[in-house]
Amino acid sequence: MHNTAKLIRKNCVQMVYEANASHLGSALSIVDILNALYADFLNTDPHNQDWEDRDRLLLSKGHACVALYSTLAEYGFFPKDDLINYGKDFSDLMNHVSHKVPGVEFSTGSLGHALPFGVGKAMAAKRLNKKWKTVVILSDGELGEGSNWEAFLSASHHKLDNLFAIVDYNKLQSLTTVEDTLNLEPLVDKFKAFGWAVLEVDGHDHNMLVETFKKVPFEIDKPSVILAHTVKGKGVSFMENSVQWHYKSPSDQELALAIKEIKNA
Amino acid sequence: MRNTFIDEIIKLARVNPQIALIVGDLGYSVVEPFAEEFPDRFINAGVAEQNMTGLAAGMASEGYHVFTYSIANFPTFRCAEQIRNDVDYHNLPVTVVAVGGGVAYGNLGYSHHAVQDYALMRTMPNMLIASPGDPNEVRACLRYLIENPQPSYLRLGKNGEKNFHTKIPIIEPGKWLTVSESKNLSGQSLLTTGASLQAVLDINSYKAVYTLPLWGMSLKAQQGKQLAQTLPICISEDHLIDGGFCSWMLESTIGMPFSNDQITCKTLSRDACGTVASSKTLWKLSGLAL
Repeated sequence: MHNTAKLIRKNCVQMVYEANASHLGSALSIVDILNALYADFLNTDPHNQDWEDRDRLLLSKGHACVALYSTLAEYGFFPKDDLINYGKDFSDLMNHVSHKVPGVEFSTGSLGHALPFGVGKAMAAKRLNKKWKTVVILSDGELGEGSNWEAFLSASHHKLDNLFAIVDYNKLQSLTTVEDTLNLEPLVDKFKAFGWAVLEVDGHDHNMLVETFKKVPFEIDKPSVILAHTVKGKGVSFMENSVQWHYKSPSDQELALAIKEIKNA
Repeated sequence: MRNTFIDEIIKLARVNPQIALIVGDLGYSVVEPFAEEFPDRFINAGVAEQNMTGLAAGMASEGYHVFTYSIANFPTFRCAEQIRNDVDYHNLPVTVVAVGGGVAYGNLGYSHHAVQDYALMRTMPNMLIASPGDPNEVRACLRYLIENPQPSYLRLGKNGEKNFHTKIPIIEPGKWLTVSESKNLSGQSLLTTGASLQAVLDINSYKAVYTLPLWGMSLKAQQGKQLAQTLPICISEDHLIDGGFCSWMLESTIGMPFSNDQITCKTLSRDACGTVASSKTLWKLSGLAL
């Protein structure tokens, strides 16, 4: 496991424990994706966060915010000590991703919002002749939202090859599997039919992720989507592939065990 | 009002390169001049209002002042959460434009009647509502909104509205505009917002006629004083009283030292909901002949 990804995972577990919060499984699922983006792909500058030519990252699955907060802190967007404020009264680090936190472009929490917003950003960049990219991380469960499919249509219609979506395909959602809730398969075919260029990748393999990111746009004049095959709760054995860790906050014992596992990974 | 809207926004877009117009596959024979003159700032988002509104917010976050344009409830209720979270919460310069406010699309039926839209839009904390009463107020509202970009809702009638103002008025949020003042110092005054001004049959039958074209959650504090100076008054809107302009005004009087029996309200009635008839008939059915 990438060393920074270990630190991010440790922070996630600690934050959810301290705040007695939820959605730890969803956060651990996207840690490697976020770490690969910030380590080796996104054009951003923590010392000049409003830099006009930065790439824009939007987290559509806002409930997984601890992963983004921890990543931003590890990459210098704000002091790591601030993570302790997560979920506290009057804190900017609210329990769904907040644009009041340095480095966060857009608040979400209700699903199906960031892709349409990202279409708007990518459309603006095209019309203003800007070279920056818009990257949107979506969950699999939220592909049930019609607004996402409106946006998939819109992005390909407008040939937004500066827009790049990553689907965190951990195959579990709020109550049970995606397959048993509202089946998405055949998902690659759906994306292709909607006019997107698609690649599949192991969403926990740092090198593969970076290699795939660097191929964007996969095809000229088409938006790109990566179907990242992931494991909900990745990195802590007893949280992996478990619906209960969509909600549960670790006990003292579980915290110690989780941190030990992450360290030794 | 819709032709005035397009005429004015074209003029303003010539000098302001940030103005963009996104339509929800509506506006036939209205929006074409804008699309032809500013192809880079015009998008037909298709029949997909949630994406239209999210997209508008995204463009607004990159410096555009985006106008989303559609009919009746389609640019508001259909994408209410995108307005709430993406536009209003992020405080972005998106102006939602609804043509056919109230029952302007009378015979098209309940789906096309915007009679609860104020109720939705006025509960958003950053939202400025612009509800012009005549074509001159449409121009005034647009000029204000473009000079002061912010989350906003421009509610238009349809077409053929007559001008009550002889020139384009200067307007300010929360401030009543005088349409007429009679020499007759007794009797009732009238305050309208939106196209219900068009229901006034004889302005001289009132002590004074006022409109309030710019209002919203943040502007209640200024209302009590203006009301106190104009009692007794009738307040009117082409919207249901539930959650509408009259309710907003009455909420602003809470704690004020005057009695609500000096205020009467004329609004669309519940009977108008689901009734198919021309807008004028629905107004009459509701007692909206002022």
